[in-house]
Amino acid sequence: MAERVGIVAVAQTKYHPNRCDVNEEELSWEAIKPVLEETGLSLWDIESAVTCSQDFWEGRTISNMNIQHVVGAHLQHEDKVCEDGLNAVYVAMAQILSGHYDVVLVESHMKESQGEKSAIENAAFDPAMLRVLGLDYTSSAAMQAKRYMYKYGITAEQLAKVAVRNHANAKNNPFAQDAKGITLEDVLGSKMVSSPIRALDTKPISDGACAMILANEKTAKKLSKNPIWIMGVSNCYETHYLGDRELADCDALAKAAQKAYKMAGIKNALREIDVAEITTEYSYQEALWLEGLGLCAKGEGGRMVESKAVSMGGKLPLNPSGGVLPGVPNGVAGASRVAEAVLQLRGEAGERQVKGAKTALAHGYTGICGQHQAVMVLGNS
Amino acid sequence: MQTTSEKIEGMDVWLYHGQIYIPNTFSAGATGSRFLTTIRDKAKITGTRCKECNRVYVPARSVCKDCFAQLKEWVEVSDKGTVLSYTIDSEPKPIHPTDAPVIYGIIQLDGADTGFVHMIGGADPEQLRIGMRVQAVFKPKEERIGSVLDIKHFKPL
Repeated sequence: MAERVGIVAVAQTKYHPNRCDVNEEELSWEAIKPVLEETGLSLWDIESAVTCSQDFWEGRTISNMNIQHVVGAHLQHEDKVCEDGLNAVYVAMAQILSGHYDVVLVESHMKESQGEKSAIENAAFDPAMLRVLGLDYTSSAAMQAKRYMYKYGITAEQLAKVAVRNHANAKNNPFAQDAKGITLEDVLGSKMVSSPIRALDTKPISDGACAMILANEKTAKKLSKNPIWIMGVSNCYETHYLGDRELADCDALAKAAQKAYKMAGIKNALREIDVAEITTEYSYQEALWLEGLGLCAKGEGGRMVESKAVSMGGKLPLNPSGGVLPGVPNGVAGASRVAEAVLQLRGEAGERQVKGAKTALAHGYTGICGQHQAVMVLGNS
Repeated sequence: MQTTSEKIEGMDVWLYHGQIYIPNTFSAGATGSRFLTTIRDKAKITGTRCKECNRVYVPARSVCKDCFAQLKEWVEVSDKGTVLSYTIDSEPKPIHPTDAPVIYGIIQLDGADTGFVHMIGGADPEQLRIGMRVQAVFKPKEERIGSVLDIKHFKPL
């Protein structure tokens, strides 16, 4: 990149199963207020806001209509991203690189408690060929999980260990919703939702928000003693119809990752990345996404998720925050992964800190079986 | 629509229980409509072939995902195929077209290069496996309306 873009402040709400005590504006403000305080900026200093929310989950057309006042967008520039929150960070970066703005606020929020999950997800499918079948994200993910397990011999035990490790890590994260001390037996004995996916292989309904401030290099250095730099980023889409894809592989993620690594100058991701925060709403996704991210070979994800390499203290600690499985809203997940990566690179991740982390990976996805994938590499030097 | 006031952690919170009712009319498009009306009128499953990569898409599609080529050549595929993946969706959901559990499957029909997403019926859950052979069960002609649900489900062979 000709010019560098820095993240100068990040904040998250504590994720919660039902924040009916606040509306979207108030929930968003809980994450925005701390990033303004940290940088000493006021909403008048925010030149542009990139927000991330989703109409169907919000239950209103144009879900960003009611939050102008808390993102500094009254009589100011605002754009909404309706995909995963990591893409909002990407858009904000592009706005700064375009030279239009020096300081951009990113805000991502979602109250999953307000909607009917399976009905909202069903509305994402092609009406004629898929929606009428009554599919939702979980039943589709289940077919991806089944295909993946079949093709590469991945076991339910290996995948259950993903849930156990993430819930254990979440105990060290003050923003985590539901850090369950669960065992392998708990996961394997939990209710079968859509085979092979069990209740504890999935995340609970969650409400929350995440905010951050991005700035160009010169401004970032003024606003923060330790800005975190976006070194590489990319996203990649693939086809919607489930039967057109080999669901046991994730070609879109592989492409997004390789482009992001190239931009960041990363040649060996496993060796060069110190910590990764990836979005997994179902336990099988952690294994499959590791393959897509090029952190292990195809079919090796099952072995990698149960290895010491991905534990705290391992070669590549994965989701020290506990990730998404303990509960993060799906639209906020990627932004929240970026926020966690920033905390790691600033050495401010508390009990979940990976010592000496210099390069971090953040990942988010949108849609059915990871149809749209986004990858970001961040660094602190 | 109903509004309620609830005490939540000491706060008196006003809640609006809304439901957005928005009638929509979707078109399956020229290619999708021909695919669906062929099921309705002839109980036959069709696809389109890409002349660039030779792939046969089922359901019939107007554009190839890999070549971005416009697909004009129609082919009839078999009503029999092989299960690529499946799930038993256990919990009853209002979106389901039939009573739970609903068994979903991705089926590669003989003569097609892609999987067809549908339901599997008349199967013992224990006998389900990837690679099993299944065949389409069409609804009686008088019940067919030009929907993908004119195929009731795929039954094990």
